[in-house]
Amino acid sequence: MTESLWQTLWTGYVFPGGLILVHILMLTVPLLIAVAYLTLMERKVLAAMSLRMGPNVVGPFGLLQPFADAAKLIFKETIIPSGANKFLFLAAPCITFILALIAWAVIPVSDGWVIANINVGVLYLFAISSLGVYGIIIAGWSSNSRYAFLGALRSSAQMVSYEVSMGFVIITVLLCVGSLNLSAIVNAQKTVWFAIPLFPMFIVFFISALAETNRHPFDLPEAEAELVAGYQVEYSSMAFALFFLGEYANMILMSGMTTILFLGGWLPPFDIAPFNWIPGIVWFCLKIFVLLFVFIWVRATVPRYRYDQLMRLGWKVFLPFSLFWVVATAGVLVAFDLLPKGV
Amino acid sequence: MALLDRGARTIFLWEVVKGLGLTFAYMFKPRATVNYPYEKGPLSPRFRGEHALRRYANGEERCIACKLCEAICPAQAITIEAEPRDDGSRRTTRYDIDMTKCIYCGFCQEACPVDAIVEGPNFEFATESREELFYDKDKLLANGERWEYEISRNIAADAPYR
Repeated sequence: MTESLWQTLWTGYVFPGGLILVHILMLTVPLLIAVAYLTLMERKVLAAMSLRMGPNVVGPFGLLQPFADAAKLIFKETIIPSGANKFLFLAAPCITFILALIAWAVIPVSDGWVIANINVGVLYLFAISSLGVYGIIIAGWSSNSRYAFLGALRSSAQMVSYEVSMGFVIITVLLCVGSLNLSAIVNAQKTVWFAIPLFPMFIVFFISALAETNRHPFDLPEAEAELVAGYQVEYSSMAFALFFLGEYANMILMSGMTTILFLGGWLPPFDIAPFNWIPGIVWFCLKIFVLLFVFIWVRATVPRYRYDQLMRLGWKVFLPFSLFWVVATAGVLVAFDLLPKGV
Repeated sequence: MALLDRGARTIFLWEVVKGLGLTFAYMFKPRATVNYPYEKGPLSPRFRGEHALRRYANGEERCIACKLCEAICPAQAITIEAEPRDDGSRRTTRYDIDMTKCIYCGFCQEACPVDAIVEGPNFEFATESREELFYDKDKLLANGERWEYEISRNIAADAPYR
């Protein structure tokens, strides 16, 4: 009797639970290493574009720099401002970091390599990325500091604005696929990546992703020159590092989303011999890498937008433009009888 | 037509694309960085760095305790006390420079009639504590011995112009 109970426990809960744990570790550990090296890549690429060297002393080509930075941040003192709400102040970076990680649960890194292959994957991603605003606004409010508060307000307004047009962009993709499942979206791009027929939407999505992750040229929430560091101005040590990691993990997540929605996820560019020998995960990582490079490249090129310009771009340009494209895409699909059937 | 032209440039983000092209081209240009601790830029013979008190070739210290450097120092960083030595010549018993006050104007070396106090080519004398930057006579004489070759070469190189 007891043995069968243990057996049920093992086969029903312990073993699958352990398997999921292993899956999670297999995803998050490389992700965190990627985040660490993204910071290095950003510094290197920015340096190269402004004719500098970038970090090159810690390890060969500065390859150990991220770990030196991490060690430095861990050993620093966590300073909590006396006027701050202590619980929320410490909860905010955790929220940001956790949200940046849990979104990865539905991202298929290769055919079938996904922790949760749910049918509402896009909706889940959208919900998680919307929740990201909470981390920032709680951080700004609980710091009890003017700069942090202003930065948080700017950030939340910006993220909310750009999510609207991003929603419409995603709808155009969904119209072409007929499914909210991320693996199905990738498989629908076997013949042609959506970046080609929906090119304007791809650009709109990418620019919105820049705004969504508070990256240059839309880094108003941080705006070193005006707001010091925006919502994270009062943070130090590991709390700051969590924001930092969260922000960069979000960058990778947004690149992953762009890859899945527009660049054919793990699919090779051409389904012919030398390309389809390479495993899907490599293509997926390569595409994310290129997009991340563009993130940094844009940072090195474009100066920061003014706040009213940012809002104008979001509400008066992207929103009507993407709305028009939703209608146009739907119209074309219906007119030429191209609607996806029975997915 | 001009309107169409401008409209097309706006819609296709022409300026941004051009800018991206420029930054991408810059990525492959040679670096302008001097890889500092391993590479160093050239220094003029007139470079005013860390101070040193020099000696003559026979080992006699040059400084005659005239206190002109102390008088001219705009930051009042120099403190000198002097007494006649046993052989009757006037020498300093104390020669201190507060390197935290010094503004590296070079007036002390200009004022010195015997080229005793000079500012050498060394600029890498950062310390871990403030106290280490209060230089005394021993430290300055030691600097003089350490940098004599470079200092005398710099003075010789600059001599034709003064």
